[in-house]
Amino acid sequence: MKDILRSLVDILGERGVSNAAEELWFYARDPGVLEAHFPDYVVAPETTEQVRQVVRLANEEKIPIVPMGNGMALTGLVIPLKGGIVMDMKRMNRILEVNEKARYAVVEGGTSQGALKAYLQDHHPQLRHSLPDAPPTTTIAANVSLHGQGRLTQQYGFNSDMVTGLEVVLPTGEVCKIGSPSLGPYWFSKGPTLPDLSGLFLGWLGTTGIFTKVGLKLYPNKKIRDVEIFVTDRVDLVPDIIYKLTHLEMLEDINAWFQPRPLMFKDNYHITMYFTGDTEEEVEFKRKMIWDSLEEFIVTKDGGFMGVGYMKPMLLEMPQRGIAAFADVPRGGGFEYSGPITLIEHYPDYALKVMELAEKYEVIYSSAARVVSGGHSMMFSISFAFNRADAAMMERVKKALDEATEFALEKGGIPWKPNYKEQRMTLEKLDPNTLKLLQMVKRNLDPNGIMNPGNWEVS
Amino acid sequence: MAYVRSIEHADIVHRCFRCGYCKFPSDYVDFNCPSHKAFGWDTFSSGGRMWLIRAWLSGEIETSPRFAQILFSCVACGNCEAQCVYPRFKDFLLNIFEETKSELVDEGKIPPTVRDYFKAITVNGNPYKLPQDKRGEWSEGMGIEEFSGQEYLFYVGCVGSYDEVGREMARSVGKLLKDLGVSFGILGAEETCDGNEVKVLGEKGLFTALAEENIIKFKAKGVKKIVTLDPHALNVFRREYPKLGGAFQVRHYTEVVADAIGGGRTSFGPLKTRVTYHDPCYLGRRNLIFEPPREVLRAVPGLDLVEMRRWAVDSFCCGGGGGNFFTDVIGTGEQSPARVRVREALETGAEVLAVACPQCAKMLVDGVKAEGIEDRLEVMDIAQLLSRAGLA
Ligand SMILES: Cc1cc2nc3c(=O)[nH]c(=O)nc-3n(C[C@H](O)[C@H](O)[C@H](O)COP(=O)(O)OP(=O)(O)OC[C@H]3O[C@@H](n4cnc5c(N)ncnc54)[C@H](O)[C@@H]3O)c2cc1C
Repeated sequence: MKDILRSLVDILGERGVSNAAEELWFYARDPGVLEAHFPDYVVAPETTEQVRQVVRLANEEKIPIVPMGNGMALTGLVIPLKGGIVMDMKRMNRILEVNEKARYAVVEGGTSQGALKAYLQDHHPQLRHSLPDAPPTTTIAANVSLHGQGRLTQQYGFNSDMVTGLEVVLPTGEVCKIGSPSLGPYWFSKGPTLPDLSGLFLGWLGTTGIFTKVGLKLYPNKKIRDVEIFVTDRVDLVPDIIYKLTHLEMLEDINAWFQPRPLMFKDNYHITMYFTGDTEEEVEFKRKMIWDSLEEFIVTKDGGFMGVGYMKPMLLEMPQRGIAAFADVPRGGGFEYSGPITLIEHYPDYALKVMELAEKYEVIYSSAARVVSGGHSMMFSISFAFNRADAAMMERVKKALDEATEFALEKGGIPWKPNYKEQRMTLEKLDPNTLKLLQMVKRNLDPNGIMNPGNWEVS
Repeated sequence: MAYVRSIEHADIVHRCFRCGYCKFPSDYVDFNCPSHKAFGWDTFSSGGRMWLIRAWLSGEIETSPRFAQILFSCVACGNCEAQCVYPRFKDFLLNIFEETKSELVDEGKIPPTVRDYFKAITVNGNPYKLPQDKRGEWSEGMGIEEFSGQEYLFYVGCVGSYDEVGREMARSVGKLLKDLGVSFGILGAEETCDGNEVKVLGEKGLFTALAEENIIKFKAKGVKKIVTLDPHALNVFRREYPKLGGAFQVRHYTEVVADAIGGGRTSFGPLKTRVTYHDPCYLGRRNLIFEPPREVLRAVPGLDLVEMRRWAVDSFCCGGGGGNFFTDVIGTGEQSPARVRVREALETGAEVLAVACPQCAKMLVDGVKAEGIEDRLEVMDIAQLLSRAGLA
């Protein structure tokens, strides 16, 4: 039998491989509620060639391999469910190119959201990308691999829709370019007018290949950003309010949220609207349009605008640090969320379900929905915080999240970044021919089932 | 019987979400945790360390050379404390790391270089294993007086007393203080180690002994005000000595110099050069002294002060903190903090990398050598720069 450790060291050097108890313990888990599972090795490549060689070795030896960004999907997607190799991608963090005029960037497969944000600020202040509110150490490649959403999702769709090309190491070890980079030096289109092969990888949670390069659309970075919050105590009105707002085609981002703490927020539904402009005039015009569009709810006394005052710097921060702080509400270092993608008209049902689950399982909730693509859908987050030192509370959160996913599936929603159990629930409900198609794709791309096994196990 | 592990803050260790904000500076431009940068594994970041400490406290992992390496490679630069998003938790991050190191010290399972450091301090009173009577050698021929009730005690510390780069710096600072008419004296051969690194490395007993000895000595000599060469000494005198009954007015030499030249009281000759300034962690982030060194540099006509991408509260450590200056657990590879930092300095187009700490000075001089850029970047202490400019 091959000495795997030796082979890995040959490929990556001593600094790129570990099987020390400390790394194995750490890379066996993520910050969510799922059980840990130990890898056999942890590797950290610095080049596409190293990724390719490790994948080839893994494929030859039939060793599972799990690509990892920062492990913050929270749903255990980087837990090596079947052992093997965890590949920490964060050393591949270079920003390779920004095409200012064509508004795209090309980054390596472990580049963090924060690094791209800072780079654009320094070198291309006219441009921005759709930054999620995830901690800035999370990676761009991981985010598109799970169809993440960010600040510009309301306007332009899922962050994965903003991909302009990929370099992928296939499970069988070939390095494959997807989209315009497969034809020439430019990274402006992930598919059109070719058949869009990016669908073989985006949303697959690292089960069909490892992204070593990602091309990403950039957008104008307006000089001024501003924010308003509309509040109503009638959950049934939230879809109508969002409908009015999306009709304006003026908003950067729309988030509808509710939470029981601090008490000033209890029993109200808050719709935060972000808008931008290059001049005060433009911003004020948009503000007026927003106010006018919601006038009828004010007249009927069903809602009103809330002074954002002291909250403004926090709301305008990107990413919002305050969101991570939810983990410490039970003084406990943890939260996890399920975030089904669903119709906005279902908002009231989901909202009631969150509260029902929180009461049933005695856990602390918070919920923030993000509008996708001008209102075609939303990501409805069902977040529960927990105390990591309280195993029983973590178990209750796990159950509450499972039930939330069952509910979402019943309502025709699509689980987002589902954990392996939620994936199973989804596959069970899937149209049989769709499942068959998934199987065909997976079997052909990953004949030995080495890529992030346990996830999207369609066989 | 199994060894029962406990640390003072064991009950809050689980509150780390390991979200990773602590790895970055405030604008996320690059990893700002030096040991994470050097080793490249999440285990070597603050979040990784915190999670491993929890596993170790609960017996899920054992004390091992790797675990000790993970802990002792922390440079205690305080970036994690500055960036952590959990307000009631962040203040204790460094305490938790220090308490764990302390436990390893008690278990006797520490890296050999850390053991040797403690031994040298215990036996020789300094990490260089040099005789005590050589401590004041740096000042020979300079006409600097022994402390005898002057306004300030000029505390030089081990690096300033024994290290070649440090001694050079001590001489420049001593001369500058003299030229500026600051009233000060030194302890010379009577000076003993301040204990900052001993404490950070977790040897509580030795630290207390050193600190108490110093406090008794300072009090007996009538010391009220101390000016330090080394920000590490400033840190321990300001933050730890008062807890042991030693409350003195403690200032860094750049603060004293900034005051002395303030309002145009002293002027310097022109010096046409581009300079970037490296904030020492114990001066900047840990004690919030950002402006005085810059004020002093700006007082030199012709000197063009440019900032590195990471500066002030976001500054990147030289890698010498947390005792690593002596123990070098963090190592010296291409991603070692000093090398990363001098590359960053070079990017500014500066010809001089100004420092205000003898440990940073030495680390960065070595970094410049390792990068082979001696002909492009000169590491100079602020006092040396002023001396090059000359009093007008
Ligand atoms: C406070 C908080 C706020 C959040 N807000 C948002 C938000 O606004 N929007 C949002 O979308 N998400 C959000 N998230 C969820 C999550 O953090 C993000 O989706 C983030 O992008 C995950 O990145 P990661 O690097 O941590 O991924 P990981 O958890 O490391 O990986 C996620 C998946 O990507 C795969 N993967 C990783 N790297 C590669 C690669 N190079 N090639 C192929 N597959 C790969 C992994 O195998 C895994 O299946 C939030 C999370 C938290 C804790």
